[in-house]
Amino acid sequence: MIEIDALTKDYLELTVVDHVSLTVADGEIAVIVGTSGSGKTTLLRMINRLIEPTSGTVKIDGQDTRAVPAFELRRRIGYAIQGHGLFPHRTVGQNIATVPTLLGWDKQKIAARVDELLSLFQLEPAEFRDRLPSELSGGQQQRVGVARALAAEPRLLLMDEPFGALDPIIRAKAQSDLLAIQKRFGTTIVLVTHDMEEAIHLGSRIAVMDKGKLLQYAPPAEIIARPATPFVAELIGTGERPFRLLSLGKVRDLVEPGPAQGEPISADASLRDAYAECLWSGREVLPVIDADGKIIGRIRRDDIARRAERPQ
Amino acid sequence: MSSIAITDRHPTFAIDKLGVLIAVLAAVASFLPFAAFRANRIVLGEAKGIFAALPEWEAAVLAVVLAAGIGIALFRTPTVWRLATSLIVLALLFIAIGHAGTFLTPPGDRIARVSPGAGFWLLIFAFALLAADAIARLKLKPWTRLGVLGVVAVFFAVLLGSGTLNDLSILREYFNRGETFWREAQTHLALALGSLAAATVVGIPLGVLCHRNSRLRVPVLNVLNAVQTIPSIALFGLLIAPLAWVAANVPGASAVGISGIGAAPAMVALFAYSLLPVVANTVVGLEGVPYAADDAAKGMGMTDWQRLVTVQFPLAFPVILTGIRIVLVQNIGLATIAALIGGGGFGVFVFQGVGQTAMDLVLLGAVPTVALAFAAAVVLDAIVEMVSPRGVERED
Ligand SMILES: Nc1ncnc2c1ncn2[C@@H]1O[C@H](COP(=O)(O)OP(=O)(O)OP(=O)(O)O)[C@@H](O)[C@H]1O
Ligand SMILES: [Mg+2]
Repeated sequence: MIEIDALTKDYLELTVVDHVSLTVADGEIAVIVGTSGSGKTTLLRMINRLIEPTSGTVKIDGQDTRAVPAFELRRRIGYAIQGHGLFPHRTVGQNIATVPTLLGWDKQKIAARVDELLSLFQLEPAEFRDRLPSELSGGQQQRVGVARALAAEPRLLLMDEPFGALDPIIRAKAQSDLLAIQKRFGTTIVLVTHDMEEAIHLGSRIAVMDKGKLLQYAPPAEIIARPATPFVAELIGTGERPFRLLSLGKVRDLVEPGPAQGEPISADASLRDAYAECLWSGREVLPVIDADGKIIGRIRRDDIARRAERPQ
Repeated sequence: MSSIAITDRHPTFAIDKLGVLIAVLAAVASFLPFAAFRANRIVLGEAKGIFAALPEWEAAVLAVVLAAGIGIALFRTPTVWRLATSLIVLALLFIAIGHAGTFLTPPGDRIARVSPGAGFWLLIFAFALLAADAIARLKLKPWTRLGVLGVVAVFFAVLLGSGTLNDLSILREYFNRGETFWREAQTHLALALGSLAAATVVGIPLGVLCHRNSRLRVPVLNVLNAVQTIPSIALFGLLIAPLAWVAANVPGASAVGISGIGAAPAMVALFAYSLLPVVANTVVGLEGVPYAADDAAKGMGMTDWQRLVTVQFPLAFPVILTGIRIVLVQNIGLATIAALIGGGGFGVFVFQGVGQTAMDLVLLGAVPTVALAFAAAVVLDAIVEMVSPRGVERED
């Protein structure tokens, strides 16, 4: 658990982060969104003391972060920096092994961990382990950057726009990889992005920042339904609100028994995708299949549309 | 575009730009004196052309080879040919000048001197240029370049060992002072390498300090820059007085070899000149370390020292090594001046030679100095390339 209390950073006259307080529970993904220069990176870097706060405290599992030397604190916290920051003179394997090596793991354990992480990110270990970062594509570099942050199995992971440079398809892939890994290890994640879509997709809670201040910190549904300020509403995009709500729900939630015609849709698809399919194919109902491809019922367009209305 | 198309259609007649310069140089040089004959060490010499300096058939062979070499240099020929030609011509020139020594010296005469003439030196220059150009164009791997250097070294070892060059004036001078030569060679190397080692040991930490503390950087680099602008002879001279004072007033100082003249001030002066390239390149190298990589290192919990050793230093090392290369080549040359204040080294022969107007003696000091500097440059260039991490973009 991370408890941030009245955290403030001043650069001379300028207050870049202004009395921000928030708590991230174990296993949660807190996503910080905001426009450029709103203080997201500064807030994130104060958690592992890459930036020393002017005032306020950060506690991790109840312990003040100033109680241990900064370098020891950082070895316990995974950190994926804005723009990967791989060591250009070290191979992919050596890059990933950085923190385990600092922690003095034995060689075999490190090698096994490197291969495990590479496979997890769909990079064939034998092929990629000994390459240099310059011999990877931008997307592969970013995945290695995230793998490196995860190497020592940190319980807490800080990520600064980790998927910034990826094309939409690879980005979606990387996001679902991250969610799978997070589920598997129960990692607590604080992630910075300026993409609202990504925040809603990944976040269990979203922190909206503007000019150093935390405007709202709430689960995505609530942020969409009840934006705390006009700025938050604007960031979500008024015209996008119903669709953002839909993207939070799954087809599975609205399945009912009964027949339907045409191409079926997966129970794990988002309601947004299902609604789009209804509109595009001009159908009132869609058949729903589960992961094995078996038809388990149907979903109705009207039911989906009702879910897009402002919650009461 | 159209001119390229035309040359492409007639590749055999295409002229090489640098080749023109080399061909003109070599052609002119062929008619300049190849060797000079003097009845003794200090009288003026008689110039001898190629045909006067060598037995007739040897001169003819040399002339034909030179003509062929000029042709290959002039036209656009495969680069490997150009390299092979330049090396063959250079080898033949050295053998020929040795033979000229034997041919021109009357049998049994130990006083007469035969030395290479302007034509010889110019030919060497022209074909060395051809070799250097070919090596650069071939983009040889560092190991291959070291291999070429090794072959050249073996060639000269064999040539000297076989006695082919024994009748040349420079070797006559050498035989007159064999032991002194090797002693001065040792001194020369000790001066150049010792000052380099000291500059590395002091300069790299100083560079790291300057990198970390920006208030220190400007004054330190300014002082070192100012030192570089002092003419070398003046710097050597300037050190005489303070070091003499130290020797006279600090107990034990003279016992460890410190005095106003001799090796100590020479060492100090070379050290002072060496600092700037080492410090400046360390600072530049560290500044070139990508910010993101350094930041990631910090973010993953490396201590300052671990960051310096595992990230900053390896990434800066090629640039630092370039500084060391500059210093080594510079010091091998500058160490010559140490002789002026009694510091020894090859400069001893140069300045004695100048004093006695004996050019042969000057050469005995100058040729090994140039050869050493050249070899040092080749070896360190190769090392710089070998330690530069693959895939790390460097702009220099
Ligand atoms: N060392 C510094 N000195 C002075 N001002 C700084 C410093 N570092 C950051 N700032 C300022 O603090 C503000 C917040 O910066 P920060 O990097 O936290 O923004 P961000 O929200 O991460 O932006 P982006 O989305 O562009 O990455 C900016 O206005 C920036 O100019
Ligand atoms: Mg940022």
